[in-house]
Amino acid sequence: MSRGLFRGRGLQIYTWLVIAWLVVPIAVMILFGFNDTKGRFNTTFQGFTLKWYGQLFEIDALTQALVNSLLIAVLTMVIAGVLGSLIGLALGRYRFRGAALLTLVMFAAISCAEIVMGASLHSLFITLGMPEGFPTIVIAHVMFSISFVAVTVRARVMTLDTSLEEAARDLGASTWDTFRLVTLPMIFPGVLAGSMLAFALSIDDFVITNFTAGGTTTFPLWIWGVTRVGIPPQVNIMGTLIFAAGLLIAVGNIIAARRRRA
Amino acid sequence: MRTLRARLTPYALIFPGGLWLAIFFVVPTLVMLSLSLQSGNVVDGFAFTWNWHSYVDGITTYHDQIIRSLLYGLAATVIQILIGFPVAYWIAFKGGNNKSVYLFLVLLPFLVSFVLRTISWQFLLSDNGILLGPLRDAGLLPQDFRVLATPYAVIGGLSYNFLPFMILPMYVALERIDPRLLEAAQDLYASRMQTFLRVVLPLSLPGVFAGVLMTFVPATSDYVNSSVLGGTNTTMIGNVIQNQFLVNQDYPVASALSFTLMALLLIGIFVYARALGTEDVLEVAAR
Repeated sequence: MSRGLFRGRGLQIYTWLVIAWLVVPIAVMILFGFNDTKGRFNTTFQGFTLKWYGQLFEIDALTQALVNSLLIAVLTMVIAGVLGSLIGLALGRYRFRGAALLTLVMFAAISCAEIVMGASLHSLFITLGMPEGFPTIVIAHVMFSISFVAVTVRARVMTLDTSLEEAARDLGASTWDTFRLVTLPMIFPGVLAGSMLAFALSIDDFVITNFTAGGTTTFPLWIWGVTRVGIPPQVNIMGTLIFAAGLLIAVGNIIAARRRRA
Repeated sequence: MRTLRARLTPYALIFPGGLWLAIFFVVPTLVMLSLSLQSGNVVDGFAFTWNWHSYVDGITTYHDQIIRSLLYGLAATVIQILIGFPVAYWIAFKGGNNKSVYLFLVLLPFLVSFVLRTISWQFLLSDNGILLGPLRDAGLLPQDFRVLATPYAVIGGLSYNFLPFMILPMYVALERIDPRLLEAAQDLYASRMQTFLRVVLPLSLPGVFAGVLMTFVPATSDYVNSSVLGGTNTTMIGNVIQNQFLVNQDYPVASALSFTLMALLLIGIFVYARALGTEDVLEVAAR
């Protein structure tokens, strides 16, 4: 008997239909980056062109927004990557008082509605009279990414064999050398996965950014701002390029994982 | 000395990240609670006065939006279970060596910005767009038929945007089911339906619970879908909070509404977790 209870191709066709539904808006986004549109509204397909790719950086405010998004995502990746990994290591390796409380706070941060987190931070910043802008966006993004990194790294740490570290110490390695030469290389796949998750969460975030941005614009905020007046094709192209970059990384990961298994 | 140091190590590790979470997650929540009980205005400043009126005012003025948000969130969650479960099932049991490829395809939307995806739907569903225009011209739809600005568009958008969050945990739960259990059920003369209802379904429930947690909260509190795909009578509580905070700057009412939303969601999660077994839900959700 094959695995599963249902015979026939019905479910398979259904699955592909759902996948198609999920992919349709992406296809539309990519297609309309090639649209030879005349007016301000990029809504009807008027012929194929590559000209918008040539004029990708013509809209200064949009380019600045994309640069901001990338900078914020990189900073978030590094800061949340380090802070979250340290928490993940502590939770996966040690038993200590307060671990349950920390886990509860992280669970709350992961499951909290974004608008509530954004509104809370906005309340804090206006109460403190702190001007909102680039730094407050980074603060917010690190805040909501830390827990995701920590959970990812903790999962990795819990699968590891502590005897390797004991062996290193028995052979006279210092605590720091043991960490640098044994622990870190072993948890690194988790750290990398967590950091990439932080990057992805940051570059896509709209709601919390909207509450903490002040006058600063990021890529999603800029798009939001022009929704009513029409989206220029450059937005589609930037979306396409981000999509392509994510695709390359993910496909590379899948191939690498297959090769390791083989 | 060594033992003291070993005992302090985990605290040193969690200190910076824990501090960040305390200052920028726990404290702001308390600040917002305080703000919701203050009175005053932007020009003259605010003062703490145990002003419960913001809650009374907020809830009486916006109870329609609060109820609508809960209904839309619930509808989207149910739709996502119905759409997503068969997909998760098929990938888990029939995906073979290509499981990771199928999962990857399901997760593809996450490589495109949330706002951009929603705008893409606005464009697809627009009144004279590439879907409705030809259908209307062909006489298949009445002239005044529209999808945008209706609850269907908003609920559809919510279902679309969070579907991968529903499929992923359901898949994880289904994938863990030992195929020998299914064989055992069949050896004991259970029909396919009985095997599904009494073996597969119960074992998949933790995944469904986790999926509900991951989709109901963002769907209920969302305001992007109702702004982009909805109209004036599909306004959700997220739109109101956003507007009161960032446009009207009526901070006490905005905070009171945020707090009400948070309380409703927390109560919902708590009741749900109690009804279905706390450990299971928290354990799966934390994973």
